[in-house]
Amino acid sequence: MALHISSAPPISAFHHLLCFFFHDTYPEMEYASSLQRQLASMKKNLFDQGYLDEQFYQLEELQDESSPNFVEEVVTLFFRDSSRLVANIDQALQKYPQDFRRLDNFMHQLKGSASSIGAAKMKNECTSFREFCNKENREGCLRSFQKVKKEHAVLKQKLENYFQLLRQDGPVDKATRSGN
Amino acid sequence: MSSPRGPKACGGGAADRPIHVLAVDDSSVDRAVIARLLRSSKYRVTTVDSGKKALELLGLEPNVNMIITDYWMPEMTGYELLKIVKESSELREIPVVIMSSENVPNRINRCLEEGAEDFLLKPVRPSDVARLCNRMR
Repeated sequence: MALHISSAPPISAFHHLLCFFFHDTYPEMEYASSLQRQLASMKKNLFDQGYLDEQFYQLEELQDESSPNFVEEVVTLFFRDSSRLVANIDQALQKYPQDFRRLDNFMHQLKGSASSIGAAKMKNECTSFREFCNKENREGCLRSFQKVKKEHAVLKQKLENYFQLLRQDGPVDKATRSGN
Repeated sequence: MSSPRGPKACGGGAADRPIHVLAVDDSSVDRAVIARLLRSSKYRVTTVDSGKKALELLGLEPNVNMIITDYWMPEMTGYELLKIVKESSELREIPVVIMSSENVPNRINRCLEEGAEDFLLKPVRPSDVARLCNRMR
């Protein structure tokens, strides 16, 4: 929308009139901006609650017309790799005696990828795991790994929701944005 | 040794001879990120997932302008790859940059002593890539 409407009291009546006008004549615009608000709110929550950090913004900055789905592609790659690593770690934890070096190796990879997409909570849980690993504390590793798996599952769900919504925003967004 | 790239032509290079960077990383996520970062600066990028594949590619195409490699990889580390490149008469002029998610001073020093051009901490930022611009062969 080219017109910016503030919420200062003197023009609130005008504001309502405009909303009415736009809603009736351009229902797609109303839908688009509601979707965008939802997306913005979702993203803000992900950051505020510590699921994502600055690195996720960096990835978004790299997205452009030549690579319009870059962030989703990278996140998809992440979950493909991370699911495999989580399964490997699960299996490795069952073994006796514990091969802590191998465990640490897997976790190093998982932590690295998490860091690369800005998955802050996951990264932190991976760090905790590695600390238990270094001390060869099997109980600690087992407990810590439960947290890693939980953060992994939660993040996966949240990002799936986010990208699903983002995909809905696409075509409508292009039709209504007037080059801001 | 001047090249037909013009003054301060960071990124891209001449249209017929774009600057070619070889990125080596066993992580598919990190390969995607580094490739995107480099392509944003208009470099031509080839990615491989191991030191072994990097050497195979360099055997076929030694005119790579820079190698950027992860440190920690199974089978052949970035350090080992660096050593092989610097010991090779055909490849030693290629600048090698090491990336790592871990800030280990000994590791960094060892790589720089072995002839690494630079050492970048992951996650790599656009400013890191911008810094490499002057170091291309």
